[in-house]
Amino acid sequence: MTGKQLKTILATDCGSTTTKAILIELTDQGYRLKTRGEAPTTVEAPFEDVTKGVLNAIMEVEELSGLKILDGDQIIHPMKDENTGVDVYVSTSSAGGGLQMMVAGVVKAMTGESAERAALGAGSIVMDVLASNDGRLPHQKIERIRQLRPDMILLSGGINGGTVSHVVELAEVLAAANPKPRLGQNYKLPVIFAGNNKAQKNIEDTLGEITDLDIIENIRPVLEVENLGPARDKIHDLFMEHVMAQAPGYKKLMSWTDAPIMPTPGAVGFLIEMVAKKENISVVGVDIGGATTDIFSVFEGQFNRTVSANLGMSYSVCNVLAEATLENVLRWVPIDIDEGELTNRIGNKMIRPTTVPQSLEELIIEQAIAREALRLSFIQHKSFAVKLKGVQQERTISDAFDQSGSGETLVNMMELDLLVGSGGVLSHAPRREQAMRMLIDAFVPEGITQLAVDSIFMMPQLGVMANIENSDIGESARNAAVEVFENDCLIRLGTCLAPIGRTKPGQTLLTAEFDLPDTGKKVVELKYGEIIVIPAPYTGIKAKLTPGKNLDIGKGKGEVLDTEVFGGTVGLILDGRGRPFELSHEKSQRIENLRKWSDSTNEYPNTKALGGA
Amino acid sequence: MAHAYTPGLKVLHESKVKKDRILPLKGDVLVEKDATVTPDDIVARTHLPGNVQMLNVANSLNIDPTDVKDVMLKQPGDALKKGDMMAETKGLFGLFKSNVVAPLDCTLESISPVTGQVVLRDAPIPVEIDAYMRGTVSEVLPEEGVIIEADAVFIQGIFGIGGESRGELVVLTDTREDELTADMIQAEHAGKVLVGGSFLSLAAYKKALAMKVAGVVVGGFNYFDLEEILGYTLGVAITGSENLVTSLVLTEGYGKIRMGSRTFDLLKRHEGKFTSINGATQIRAGVIRPEIVIPLKPEDLKGDAQVAKVNEGIQAGSLVRVIRAPYFGRIGTVISLPAPLHKMESETMVRVAEIKIDDEVMTIPRANLEMVETD
Repeated sequence: MTGKQLKTILATDCGSTTTKAILIELTDQGYRLKTRGEAPTTVEAPFEDVTKGVLNAIMEVEELSGLKILDGDQIIHPMKDENTGVDVYVSTSSAGGGLQMMVAGVVKAMTGESAERAALGAGSIVMDVLASNDGRLPHQKIERIRQLRPDMILLSGGINGGTVSHVVELAEVLAAANPKPRLGQNYKLPVIFAGNNKAQKNIEDTLGEITDLDIIENIRPVLEVENLGPARDKIHDLFMEHVMAQAPGYKKLMSWTDAPIMPTPGAVGFLIEMVAKKENISVVGVDIGGATTDIFSVFEGQFNRTVSANLGMSYSVCNVLAEATLENVLRWVPIDIDEGELTNRIGNKMIRPTTVPQSLEELIIEQAIAREALRLSFIQHKSFAVKLKGVQQERTISDAFDQSGSGETLVNMMELDLLVGSGGVLSHAPRREQAMRMLIDAFVPEGITQLAVDSIFMMPQLGVMANIENSDIGESARNAAVEVFENDCLIRLGTCLAPIGRTKPGQTLLTAEFDLPDTGKKVVELKYGEIIVIPAPYTGIKAKLTPGKNLDIGKGKGEVLDTEVFGGTVGLILDGRGRPFELSHEKSQRIENLRKWSDSTNEYPNTKALGGA
Repeated sequence: MAHAYTPGLKVLHESKVKKDRILPLKGDVLVEKDATVTPDDIVARTHLPGNVQMLNVANSLNIDPTDVKDVMLKQPGDALKKGDMMAETKGLFGLFKSNVVAPLDCTLESISPVTGQVVLRDAPIPVEIDAYMRGTVSEVLPEEGVIIEADAVFIQGIFGIGGESRGELVVLTDTREDELTADMIQAEHAGKVLVGGSFLSLAAYKKALAMKVAGVVVGGFNYFDLEEILGYTLGVAITGSENLVTSLVLTEGYGKIRMGSRTFDLLKRHEGKFTSINGATQIRAGVIRPEIVIPLKPEDLKGDAQVAKVNEGIQAGSLVRVIRAPYFGRIGTVISLPAPLHKMESETMVRVAEIKIDDEVMTIPRANLEMVETD
């Protein structure tokens, strides 16, 4: 190893409501999470200083760890001795609404989409995508820009050497709107230009004076290549320089950290991308929060992130109801319930977002809503995580019947190796079986897929640790992030085995033979319409999987698959509900099925006691 | 002593209420410090830059964008009237000229030699800010606005729609349990702020709108009825910009829930007084709750006004309201705050409080309690 070996790392994540601190220590078993602390975030009045919440969260860590970390208002770093101080302190932030951007491109489906991907990848919320062909008149675009007041704008458009006028026209729209930043009235709005290099001078002339303009490499130098790195890096820099520096207390916080503060989703994305690369696997990560749901994916080595801005479990819970419809939420509820009363209850959760489900009925409703929020977010993600559009492809005769091409989704559920869930409703579900069921019902994995949840949502802190560039401490911090991610952050739920295809009720979908570590060989017959759970620990288990006729478990229709699967806290879930999966439209049959699946997976204590059909 | 932080809605019989009346852009402040103002007084004024229109002169005249400057008859900064000629080509030997005229009264802002577009700006839009409530100007923020201060009754609701409104306070129900029905609302209630008990039906709200009632304060309303009033499904609780004659303030939540007794009694006590209400709600970081402000006259003051009460959190003896099923809306007194986590029926492990409600002791998650903050 090059550089210094770190003994203790302190990391915080300043969320919009809670500031979370974690302390990581080097032990005989490598880097491990020592303890955590949390406190309310203090960006808003009456405190208006984010560092107060940070100090409170660290104080809780001090109490629990016995380590002296604070000297008055200062974090002691580097470490003074065994019991005083930490080696490194880093932080992420999404307080004050996170980073809110507008992006612009000439063609919405090409440069517009590339700009959106760069902004989302950097951890931003994209408020709107402007494009020459978005169907809006210039004055409508101008009105929209003025109304939204973004923190920053990313302007792209045109391949290098292409036509100049379209992208300059967009710049003129921006100039006419003369937008003011959301925070800090007295500084110019940061604008990044990442478009046609031939247009740089014109853009400088149009926007140079009225905005804080940065010109970087083209995001789409040629149609076939997307070059998101420079734009993402520039967004991170400007986030620190402009947006964070305007938020109360951040200047002080920035002076404390050993690496730049990252936007929270940017840090999570970085971690997921790193894990996928390291293990060479396809990963989907989801973070379902109170207001938004973030989905990250890596397929074919390509990273994508989407934010479903109004699909969440508290602040925007009514929007989930509006978008999913009450009928779709109710289809997951194994009890009879008055619809009018249910909508009032959900409305009351929106206006009092911090409440928790006390009764079983409330928990079931909350988890039903979560399934729909996750399902809808994933639909949005699939339509965004696509291959580059506008790329010409050479086709041979063998491709004649293959309609795939540019713009096709990258998300392939059969290829998915690992699905990681985080956010209160998943991480804090009273039974891990509930988290596993929510993930399976919402994402409908196909073939063989491992599932996990983030135990206490520490992916942001681990992400920022993994992103430290300082050569002296970077490598050690990266190792610490990976080790803690594997050992303390992820709770391995197990593996879902779901054959593709459908058959008649009662017919065998899959015959599975497992070599279990404790009980030895076990043969299971999975019938259509049932779910079977086999308890098994997180270790490699040899499996021989024989799908029924016309069914596919990963190797092709009817093909036997010899492989290795991993258990977890729940174990191996054999999902025989068929793919595509559909619930019965007949109410009593649907409720009976939900109860059967709930019982077979040990999901809820006793749904029959709640009454209903 | 154990204590826990919970959100709480203020129900204060006498409070120093301060309201920022700030312009969206810098402008003129029209009142001086210590001036007495009434709700309708304009305290500050400014002009927002007018809307922008873009016109492609190069396309209209079928010329190259680089040539646009040569054909322009007006320059950036020039004022134009609708129909004024802005640009004209030389034509052929002075004949067959083409031109472009101003589509509206505006100012020419810029001419682009790259795209051939000109930017035209409409006349500025005047914006005025009123005082909202009766009070005195406690501070003047030069060019930005003022802070109005008043000794007043201050009550926060949980959710509202419609923006600022005001009128005389009229209590229409006998008790806090009663529903405010459509037949209680009459033509004489136009421009007044009505107070009901537990519930306002959709029909009753529609009647209030038809009678041009200024506002309604009530315990509960059905969530699913909001759609018919707003014209869309309310997905996130960010309101205040709806264009409604009658603002609505819910003190308790969605459904039929009797109004808190202190809230109802306080409103009843001040019946007939001029009241300012604001339905604007924002439940996100930087939470904004709807409010009812009843400015008091000097003779009404008891002299125990509070500027801002620091939320000390709930502790044994605190009066709290349960804000989630199954005991939603019930009010009780905290007996104790046990430290260990407690397993609820849902199997969720949470911190709890023991609450006495109507002589019965119940264990409720602390997160499901709301402090009833009174004075």
